[in-house]
Amino acid sequence: MMTEDLDQIAETERAAQSRFGQCVRVCVAAGCLSCQSQEVKTALDEEVKRRGAGDLCQVKGVGCMGLCSEGPLVSTSTGALYKKVEASDSAAILDSFSGPTASHLTCRTDVPFFQRQRKIVLENSGVIDPERIEEYIATDGYTALIKALTEMNPREVIEQVTRSGLRGRGGAGYPTGLKWSTVSKSVGTQKYVICNADEGDPGAFMDRSVLESDPHRVLEGMLIAAFAVGASEGYIYVRAEYPLAIKRLRTAIRQAERVGLLGTGICGTRFNFRVDLRLGAGAFVCGEETALIASIEGKRGTPRPRPPYPAMEGLFGEPTLINNVETYANIAPIIRNGGDWYAEIGTEKSKGTKVFALAGRVANTGLVEVPMGISLREMVFEIGGGIPEGRKFKAVQTGGPSGGCLPPECLDMPVDYESLARAGSIMGSGGMIVMDESSCMVDVAKYFMDFCMTESCGKCIPCRVGTYQMHRILTAISTMTATQQDIKMLEELCDLLKHTSLCGLGQSAPNPVVSTLRSFADEYRAHIEERRCPAGVCGAQRAGGAA
Amino acid sequence: MTPYLAKPVPPTQDKRWKLVDATIRKQGQQARGLIETLHTVQEAFGYLDEQALRYVAMSLRVPLSRAYGVATFYHFFTLKPAGEHTCVICMGTACYIKGAPLLLDAVQRELGIVPGETTADKKVSLLTARCLGSCGLAPAVVYDQQVAGKVGAQEIHEHMGKWMQP
Repeated sequence: MMTEDLDQIAETERAAQSRFGQCVRVCVAAGCLSCQSQEVKTALDEEVKRRGAGDLCQVKGVGCMGLCSEGPLVSTSTGALYKKVEASDSAAILDSFSGPTASHLTCRTDVPFFQRQRKIVLENSGVIDPERIEEYIATDGYTALIKALTEMNPREVIEQVTRSGLRGRGGAGYPTGLKWSTVSKSVGTQKYVICNADEGDPGAFMDRSVLESDPHRVLEGMLIAAFAVGASEGYIYVRAEYPLAIKRLRTAIRQAERVGLLGTGICGTRFNFRVDLRLGAGAFVCGEETALIASIEGKRGTPRPRPPYPAMEGLFGEPTLINNVETYANIAPIIRNGGDWYAEIGTEKSKGTKVFALAGRVANTGLVEVPMGISLREMVFEIGGGIPEGRKFKAVQTGGPSGGCLPPECLDMPVDYESLARAGSIMGSGGMIVMDESSCMVDVAKYFMDFCMTESCGKCIPCRVGTYQMHRILTAISTMTATQQDIKMLEELCDLLKHTSLCGLGQSAPNPVVSTLRSFADEYRAHIEERRCPAGVCGAQRAGGAA
Repeated sequence: MTPYLAKPVPPTQDKRWKLVDATIRKQGQQARGLIETLHTVQEAFGYLDEQALRYVAMSLRVPLSRAYGVATFYHFFTLKPAGEHTCVICMGTACYIKGAPLLLDAVQRELGIVPGETTADKKVSLLTARCLGSCGLAPAVVYDQQVAGKVGAQEIHEHMGKWMQP
């Protein structure tokens, strides 16, 4: 594969696309697929065939369009977006090319949900067919890789990533450029690049959507990273619970190998890279980098103390670069447009955009990408469309089981790494769950503690025993049998876990408790002193959390 | 070659062992292929029983204790066969605050089993998931691999009724 070959593929594809006067895009990412979008696509295909318009109108399956709650979503080349489409609507949609829009299905796109977004990671999502490499190439795909390989040296690539100010999108926010530079300086016979796609946070589906909608973008990011740090082998560690993402990744890898973008002597240079998938097996702790490495090595996913960091001694004892899916997805545009371009977006310390999975008690649920620094209020009330059924906003939860619940007082806070940390939560991987007055914060804290207790790997005692003890106290509070003494004990345990656990799971497990104790102390008080649950959740006969 | 290093013989004549053998070969018969191999076994047979664990451990030359340790560490692996149908209720945060616990409660009462169990007549297995990633469609339930969104108690009740018919 040389630059000219790539241009050739891009041109052929663009010419093929332009021969069609009309295009209908059907979302075939997991969200819409579970609302039978495949049937919609089949019906549209048949309708086009019936009309003999096969040369004029193209029907294609594309990735996530964002507004998952209104699926199946269909968009047309005239710019219309249709929601809740059924197979029987196919004629109306095709008629809209020559007549009026199918108004009963129209989904307005001039609303903040679409207008406030800035798409970099998701620029191809909902536009290209994720199962065809040609479409990715036709939208400037792999040009960043070629640019890096032919016009830059590894040091310059790392320099651009450093200038961009990109920080790890998996949650901790470690500067990506710094990590790359450490791995590139490490000495080893064989270096590895790993993509962490073990998206374990409940309530988060950004990585899944990116992998299902634009898998080549992630591969390109990994290739550039491998070139920069001097690695020749890579692994994508993806959850077994995401079969569609796995299938599309496998397809993407096969296609990239076929055209010579993976393998030996890529683009006529001496750069070699091969990548393999490893399936996770349902262990939340495997999102922690040393546990993930153990899992790729075929062992139980338990973390180990750091240092040595994976950048020095990682997979099979060799220097290893681990980044999250979204981090890799940001790389190609940074190389294409330069680090300074990226650094102009966002806030002083949190650059670029962030993809969030907006869910819970909010009108518009789905996937959004916004510039860093946007306020929580804009996220919830403008993009999210506010709380449905006239209820009152209570909290927004970010960062999953390692994050916290932010109260209404935090609504005007900007969404960036530092502000969220100051408010007692974390950026996390991007799950954002809105809660209204029907949620009890003690119950929510108990829910997350149940999660951490079950997911604790059992290696270190503070986490293994501490999460159990904290869960026991939270259960006592929610069954109205706790005392003030228990709250004191709970606070002590929070402190203990935070400072003595081996890995991030245990260290951050208290966060949901700490943040709810801080912002919703009156709810805890009501449970203990008045023996009542203000939200009416606790005490009712029902299963607490996942067993 | 000593008998100890000889390639173990599959436990049965079942053709599905050929799939398992292919994975073992692809992983170079190395211990690092343990999880991948267990995935293949579970995909082919539906669960991991003792003879499968013994065979995989022998083939990859890892102690049986390690194979068992890995198989029980990860939630995705199951040591028991599933029922004819499986119902997975998502317990992710979005589903949780949109009423998944009520759904779970209803199904538990209806089937008389708790998550991880199968009904006595082997008709239905009940499971919970950490998060399906279908948060936009909360609460989500998977009926036999088919994801359904915005599920209500009535709908899940009807589904179970259909499955439980003799």
